[in-house]
Amino acid sequence: MNTHTEPTDFVFDEIAQAAATKAIARYPAGKQASAVMALLDIAQRQMERLTGSAWVPRAAMDVIAQLLGIASVRVYEMATFYTMYNTKPVGKFHLQVCTTTPCWLRGSDEVVASCKKVSGIEDFGQTSADGLFTMTEVECLGGCVNAPILQINDNYYEDLDATRTEALLNGLKSGAPLPPAGSSIGRQASAPVTNQTALLNNAKLVE
Amino acid sequence: MLNDADRIYQNLYGQQDWRLSAARARGDWNGTADILARGRDAIIEEVKASGMRGRGGAGFPTGMKWSFMPKQSDGRPSYLVVNADESEPGTCKDRDIIRHEPQKLIEGCLIAAFAMGAHTAFIYIRGEYYNEAARLQAAIEEAYEAGLLGQNAAGSGWDFDLVLHRGAGAYICGEESALLESLEGKKGMPRMKPPFPAAMGLYGCPTTVNNVESIAGVPTILRRGAAWFAALGRPKNTGTKIFCISGHVNRPCNVEEELGIPLKDLIEKHAGGVRGGWDNLQAVIPGGASMPILNKEMCETQLMDFDSLAAVRSGLGSGAVIVMDKSADVVKAIWRLSKFFKHESCGQCTPCREGTGWMMRMMDRIVQGKASMADIALMEQVTTQVAGHTICAFGDAAAWPIQGLMRAFRPLVEQRATDYKPPQPLAQAAE
Repeated sequence: MNTHTEPTDFVFDEIAQAAATKAIARYPAGKQASAVMALLDIAQRQMERLTGSAWVPRAAMDVIAQLLGIASVRVYEMATFYTMYNTKPVGKFHLQVCTTTPCWLRGSDEVVASCKKVSGIEDFGQTSADGLFTMTEVECLGGCVNAPILQINDNYYEDLDATRTEALLNGLKSGAPLPPAGSSIGRQASAPVTNQTALLNNAKLVE
Repeated sequence: MLNDADRIYQNLYGQQDWRLSAARARGDWNGTADILARGRDAIIEEVKASGMRGRGGAGFPTGMKWSFMPKQSDGRPSYLVVNADESEPGTCKDRDIIRHEPQKLIEGCLIAAFAMGAHTAFIYIRGEYYNEAARLQAAIEEAYEAGLLGQNAAGSGWDFDLVLHRGAGAYICGEESALLESLEGKKGMPRMKPPFPAAMGLYGCPTTVNNVESIAGVPTILRRGAAWFAALGRPKNTGTKIFCISGHVNRPCNVEEELGIPLKDLIEKHAGGVRGGWDNLQAVIPGGASMPILNKEMCETQLMDFDSLAAVRSGLGSGAVIVMDKSADVVKAIWRLSKFFKHESCGQCTPCREGTGWMMRMMDRIVQGKASMADIALMEQVTTQVAGHTICAFGDAAAWPIQGLMRAFRPLVEQRATDYKPPQPLAQAAE
């Protein structure tokens, strides 16, 4: 289902160009192809900044290939192999729901249902009619002791249930910015919610 | 229970500041130049003597791995690559080190790189850890500004650069040779071995790939001594390990404990016990998704270390303990892992590319009660055609959860068997 329009050209803006130059400089001379992942990310972020949708158009991949002196197909295959590059537009808020076993055991089905309810999206891979949300099923996000987890854009929202997921998404729907990442029940990172058994003498300092 | 004083990660939970000054107050970077002054061989010997085994999953002795690196350069540079692609379902320990103890990892990189003659190290962090990568980058910049990285790093006389590389969503990049491919700007498809990375790794140069927890533990081992580390845990399974306890427990958490701690203690003491009490326990996956599942009977006396878990044909893996109470559909839980492996297969080897999808579909039929006894037998047989028949261990990792399920829960799986006859031939093309 490829119904979107691909822009005919793409140019790195000033912010992206500076980031790209820095990324390429991190690798040894002659090994600039290592920066292809960073450049795809930079292009996707530029699209998010300029259009509100984080995705990488084909034209951007060609620009990256030229910049790195590699064949375009080497960039295309990167963009399709790795799941985090969106090759078509996504909503302003990209709801990435982890449903792998540790999250599923803690109620990721509820999180999925809440995402559907608030966004009106019927299934994974779809974007809401208002363009606000895209819902994607993702594999383990690596925050399993804080399951279930919903990643929205760059942020992990943890220890969710149906009520808190709906509150979070309703906030976004009414125009609120993304809240700070982390536990939705105020847990201290990966520590047990109460009755901590280790590191008891550590003064709790706010970061 | 392990004393707080013997915990390497004093800021595991982020109760204190992550920044350099606070890290120094916790002892990081204390006498690093003196450690390097002991020399390469002495450092490697100390790490060997500590008994430290790789914390990423395979449990290969860390010091021995380092000793495979060439002593004399043939003109090619050597590289240290740190695997921070933490993606094994159930595992979230490296995330805590990166966001709360980044200086331990950075200092460990300098020491390990020096010990293997490397002037450059790369940390490959999974792309989804965006906020964690930003934190680690800030910590690296702090270390550069303080002269702990760069020329004459930490006053040691050794020049050392540390580069952070973000992945972009591919479990397979946790496999070391796929990680190297990805770092070179290619699809994460594992390489044939030999040549091993120590002979030909990143950019065709000698390379060692270590897990975050292995590297971040090294400075403390060298400061407190191999004997301290080796006195913790059990013989050949020494030291401490961060365990991630998730699933049906009252208080899921990460905790650093001694290797060899009884599984029951880990769950009951640190994670608030199984939901509904110990007798409500049904199953535990003891080491991340790839490691075969244990039934309750096996859990009663199980010790949590490499060799004790290998003895019951499971494994410590990454130390991720996924707990299921009696309300869980364990067959469906394993089906979901099959779906994970099907999604994450890189597609390079036919037995894995086709087999993971086939196994997932067969597991789905068992979950739905649409498989016969003969189908179950066929599935078991097919798992043996995937495991051991691929370039990397992914094929094994995809087969083991199903094989483990059959060992620990055969009656439960066979209960689902019916006289159902599939309406179409079994073989289907991969999706």
